[in-house]
Parts: sequence; C-alpha cells; structure tokens
Amino acid sequence: MQRVGVFVCWCGSNIAGTVDVAAVAEALKNEPGVVFSTDYQYMCSQAGQDIIKNAIAEHNLTGIVVCSCSPRMHEATFRKTAAAAGLNPYMVEIANIREQCSWVHKDMLTGTEKAIILGKAAVAKVNLNTPLTPGESPVTKRALVIGGGIAGIQTALDIADAGFPVDIVEKQPTIGGKMAQLDKTFPTLDCAACILTPKMVDVAQNEKIRIFSYSEVEEVGGFVGNFDVKIKKKARFVKEDICTGCGACVEKCPMKKNPNEFNLGMDNRPAIYIPFAQAVPKVATIDPNACNMLKNGKCGLCARICAAGAIDYTQKDEIIEEKYGAIVVATGFNPISMEKFDEFAYNQSKDVITSLEFERLTNAAGPSAGKLIRPSDGKHPHTIVFVQCVGSRCDACAEKGKEYCSKICCMYTAKHAMLTRDKYPDTEVYVFYIDVRTPGKNFDEFYRRAVEEFGVKYIKGMVGKVTPEGDKLKVQASDLLSNKQLHIDADLVVLAAAIEPDKSARPLATMLTASMDTNDFFTEAHPKLRPVESPTAGVFLSGACQGPKDIPETVSQAGAAASKVIGLLAKDKLTGNPCIASSNELMCNGCSSCERVCPYGAITYVDKEFRMPDRTTKIRRVASVNPAVCQGCGACTVACPSGAMDLKGFANSQIIAEVDAICK
Amino acid sequence: MQVKEYKPLIVAFCCNWCSYAGADLAGNNRLSYPADVKIIRVPCSCRVNPMFILRAFQRGADGVIICGCHPGDCHYTSGNYYTRRRMAALFSMLDFLGIEKERTRVEWVSAAEGAKFAATMNEFAETVASLGENKRLEDLRCKR
Repeated sequence: MQRVGVFVCWCGSNIAGTVDVAAVAEALKNEPGVVFSTDYQYMCSQAGQDIIKNAIAEHNLTGIVVCSCSPRMHEATFRKTAAAAGLNPYMVEIANIREQCSWVHKDMLTGTEKAIILGKAAVAKVNLNTPLTPGESPVTKRALVIGGGIAGIQTALDIADAGFPVDIVEKQPTIGGKMAQLDKTFPTLDCAACILTPKMVDVAQNEKIRIFSYSEVEEVGGFVGNFDVKIKKKARFVKEDICTGCGACVEKCPMKKNPNEFNLGMDNRPAIYIPFAQAVPKVATIDPNACNMLKNGKCGLCARICAAGAIDYTQKDEIIEEKYGAIVVATGFNPISMEKFDEFAYNQSKDVITSLEFERLTNAAGPSAGKLIRPSDGKHPHTIVFVQCVGSRCDACAEKGKEYCSKICCMYTAKHAMLTRDKYPDTEVYVFYIDVRTPGKNFDEFYRRAVEEFGVKYIKGMVGKVTPEGDKLKVQASDLLSNKQLHIDADLVVLAAAIEPDKSARPLATMLTASMDTNDFFTEAHPKLRPVESPTAGVFLSGACQGPKDIPETVSQAGAAASKVIGLLAKDKLTGNPCIASSNELMCNGCSSCERVCPYGAITYVDKEFRMPDRTTKIRRVASVNPAVCQGCGACTVACPSGAMDLKGFANSQIIAEVDAICK
Repeated sequence: MQVKEYKPLIVAFCCNWCSYAGADLAGNNRLSYPADVKIIRVPCSCRVNPMFILRAFQRGADGVIICGCHPGDCHYTSGNYYTRRRMAALFSMLDFLGIEKERTRVEWVSAAEGAKFAATMNEFAETVASLGENKRLEDLRCKR
C-alpha cells in the first residue's frame, strides 16, 4: 500500500476563489492510501515546496498528489521537488483544479465538488504508480535550420558561434529571404541590404555552417537529439562547387522573358539566373520550365559560354540524409494573395501594387533602378494612396482575409510614405488606416515624423473601391473622423497586404509533428514562458513562422532559439521519457498486432525460452519494445488483444482507477 | 413526487498534446463549461482503450468524449487515425447495445482551440443531458 500525501494549492485566489481548498484537503484525507493532506497559498513557491519535502520525510510518503494548476505548467516543478526529497519523480500526480476547474466554473459548490473528484482520481492513480527511471540517449551535435531568411541566418550564426555545426535548408536558390527584397528598414531607415548582406557573407564563410540552397526538407524521423532528416537538393543544372557566379551565362541566355520572382514578376529574367547581385551562394540556377535546352534539347549556349564548365544539363534531384540533434523552423511569411480583393482593382490595373512590390520599385537594385514610377507607363506618380489592413483584421471577410493584425504594415507604410515625400516632395501621399499601431521602440516617433515633418496625409477610414479610369485610379473612401465621402484621383495605389505563414509550413509541421494554430502559425510550447520552443521536443521556432513580427523582433527571437538549441546540443546525453510501452512476456502471444500500429517501429520480436509447468522448456516469439525509440503514445496497448502490452505511467489499471474515481 | 435534479456525468479523455492543452487554454481564457465534464489525461487519443469507455458506462457515466489532435497533426504522427477507426467501430456496437450514438463522440481540438473545447463541451453536455440518465449498461454491482 502506498503512503500518499495530498497538497492542495490555493494559487492565491485563482483556485481558492472558486474552490474551498480546505474542504478539498479534508475530503481527500479519507481516500485509500492517503496519510497526509494539507493546503497552502502557493505550492510552487519555495515555502510550498518545502512543505512537500518535509511531509515526504516526516510521513514516509511513497506518492504525492498536488491539486494545483495544469500538469503542463508545474508537473516538472513538483517532480523535481519530489526527487529532491528522495522520492521517485514519477510518483507525483497532479490534479488540475485550476485550468480545468476553478477557472471554468463560477460557483463555489460545484467547483469544490469537482475539485474533490479530480483529487480522488489523482489519488486513485498515484496508488498504482510505480517508480520509473528514464533511459538515456545520445545527442547528435548538429543543428538544422529550415529557412534562410534573416531568422534562419541569425539562428545559424549564433549556433555556429557556440561551436556547433549547422545546416541551413533554403528552398530558394539563395539565402536572404524577404529582407533581401526590402529597400530600407524602419524605424532607423537603414538600408536593408547593407545590414543583411554582411550577415549572408558571414554565413557563407563560416566553417561550421553548410548551406543547402534550392533544397527542401523531404522527410523527418527520429526524436529530440536524434532526428533523421532527408533533404532534397533540387537539380539546379549548375555544379555549385565549380560555378564562380561570373554571370556570363545569365547575360547570354536567349530565353530572357521569364517573370523575375525576386522582383515579384515586375520585370523579366533569363532562364539561367542569379536572383540578385549579393546572392549567397552566388551560383547560377537554370529554371527547367524556361530553358530551351532542358525542354526541347536545343540551345546549350550557357554550357558553351561557361569558362568554368559548371553547366550540367543531366543533373538530377539529390537526396541527402543527415542526423541532427535539434531543428529550428524559420520558414517565415508571405503577403497574402490579392486575387480575391476585387474592390481594389489589383487584377485590373498595373498601378495597384502591394507594399512588397512598392519596396522593389524603390530599391536601387529593383526593376526601375530605384526610380519611383507607375508600372503601367513608367511615369512619375503625383498622387499615391496607401491602403492599410488589406486582408488584416478581417472579421466579415475571413474568407479572403485574416483575422489577426499583421503587425508590420503600419510601420512600413509610414516608412514608404515618408521616403516618398522625402525623395519626391511634389508627391501627394494619403494613408488610409483603421488604427495606426506603433508600439515599438522609436516607432511612434517615426510615425509622427511622417505626419508632422513630412506632411503625409493620414485619413482614418477604409477605401471602399478603386476604379481605373483613363490613366487615373479613382479611389472612393470614407473619412470617419469628418464623416465625409472622399474621391481621390490617384496615380498609384499601394496595398498593405496581410501576411501569412509560408505555404511550406503546413506540410513541414506534419513532418515534424509540431502543432500549428488555426492560421498555420507554429504554436509555441508556452505563449509566455517558452516562446521559442515548439511543444515537440527538439523543435524550435524562429521568426515570422510563429506569428507576424518585424526584423528586430525576429532577430531577438532567432537568438533566443539559438540559445535553446545550444543548451540542448551542449548536453552529451538526454534523459528520455520513461512513460513508454512494455510487454508482459508471459501474456504475449506474439501476434504482431502491436508491431503493425507502432508509428516508430519500436517493437520487434524475440524468441524467448519459457519454462513450462512440466519442467520442459518452450521457445515462444514475444514482443520487445526498444525503449530508446518508443515515444509512449500507447497505440500498441489498445491493439494488443491479450492485454500484454501496457504503458508505464498511463497503465490500463491506472486509467481505469481514474474512471472509477470519477464515476460514482 | 420529488424529482432529483439530473446532472449528467461526462468523462472526457484528452490527449496530452492538443486537447488537454486546449482545455487548459479554455481555462486560461475563463471560458466556462459544465462541471459535469471530468477530464482524464492520456498521452494520445489512441491510448484510449475501449475497455475504459465500457468501464465508464458500467460505472454510470452518461456520456464519453474523446478529444485528440486534428487529423494529420497527431504528435505521434498517426495515433488519432487509430482512434477514429477504433471508436467508429466501438460506438456503433455501443449503439447496438443501447448506448445511443449521441452519448459517445470523438472530437478534434487543437492546443490553440480553447474556445472550441468549451463550445464542444457545452454542446455535448446539453445533448447528453437531453438523453437522460444512462441505465442501459450500468452495472448495478459496480454501484457503491
């Protein structure tokens, strides 16, 4: 028989406000095995933990139940407390009487009643707990960063700085991501390329970092410390190690009319291309859908021109298999498609553009060499209308937009408006907004400068319709503050499109078994206390894949993710989860049902010798669980027809005891 | 005749990674649902043995709900698919035995869906309450 101690936490008034904690402690005193029961304001505090430690020593407790907040919050804390007092940490059970009781029920009587039942269930379970010892597994001291934008770059640099090898997988031919496409950055107006490209060069020159550009993650197996990853290196038809990036092939390629992705299709690039001058790796890539040689077997000009002999039309996709200890997701964001926003005439007029397209138009390396022009006729626009929240903060239009605030649009629109007025003082600039949100260091000052110093006209209200008429764009809008309808003849309309997670994030989350929210942003292990870790051990989050964020925030999160990775890789061994399946060999009949459902292939069969009652021996085939591979899902326990397979920590008997305690 | 107020007893099995966290989020956001719902934490929805459900009904539960990660999002890659198939078979057999289909349910609730968790529990508790007490499978020998 166990000697159980029950500790009921008040959590200040969080629990005690709706649950009579003293009554709970009193009621649980009479449960089987309970020899000690008490309540205290904050069980997780040092004083609270001391109460537990003292009680374990004083009453020789063999198991404890803490009635407190969610086990997802403080199970680890109380396990440590138990271990410090010499009790096996897995002899601790938590009754969740905060998140699942006091916070959701308003009435003291019902709250107390339910808390007592939850406590009884935990006591019933702990009575059947057995001490467990976690196994150990080695750590592969190499990290994988998925995504080569500023988030991935910063994470990789920080991890490499601590001396661990890092691989970056980037699906584009070059690293750099969205930041490489930007012109200036708010609120300091640094040139984006000037602060990003040195970092890209650092990555290229760092001995610890390998870049797999034009590559995608194909398959992820294994677990924290020991991930097995397959990376598909797409054929770029250019030998990466030989190409010098001279650009001769790009100049001579006859297939010149292909939309240039880097400039968002606003100009053309040849079939063989280098995305931009500072690309890393600076290696040409052949677009197989555009190249005449690859499509029809005619041409071959680039191969003849290439002095280094780097062109290889026979190159095939290559699969690289590598082991990693930790994986960082840095897949970033994309502006949403404007296809569904007919009211802004994005599809009808070339002069309605998105903010990212505006960014390319004002960039010296962009399609217009930095000259602000109308894409339709190349003339200078005299009246520019910026529309904010296009697809952000949409309630009614959730079909085409997003419910959340995209966070960065207010600031980049202020930047665009300010820079336009600075460079072309003859331009009239209007910004239509719902709210201007500028909570960041020096952000509000920046926005106010746009209004006060640069004379940008901010109008509270949404644009209802944009109609192309002649070479003008008729903008109909409402001014909410003066309650007037406005008609503006604009030359250029710039839409601050909402941002969404990159499309590659969803399949990646499935591969990593990392969870996502309803908008396909990765969820963090705890929104406040573990913001850069995914709930899946060994998977970390960096940048906008976790939620909209600007560059300073992305860089700080990237550093935080790197420090978590370093903390993991610095360990030689990881303690595993001891709550894994085990088979009772005497009951197992070797039917293979469990093996078939195991998602990890953790179950194998061994021939074992059994002594029979008549003293003969018999060899039988029985299941055997590999403790290093089993993750403890329990699928096998249900598949087992003889009941031989059970899960430690969540045993059949334990769960049935809980059911019994709940159902009276 | 005095009629005792009927309160249904609902056992909810929640997977540790999605639905249990969803229930925690419902708590964090103070989204209330009936106290008749009692949650049991399991590592994965596929850990729920049909025996547990039978046991709950024998012991007088009026409804059983199993919550797991959305299809494709299982922490253990495929556990919830097993749940879906096993429970489809079990629930139709229970229906045959006289435990109405409305008393049993499998629902996908992610860690981000606190509101969905509370709404599901409210709706399920109401449905079960409208069916009344479960007498069909109750084992009187189990009555304390």
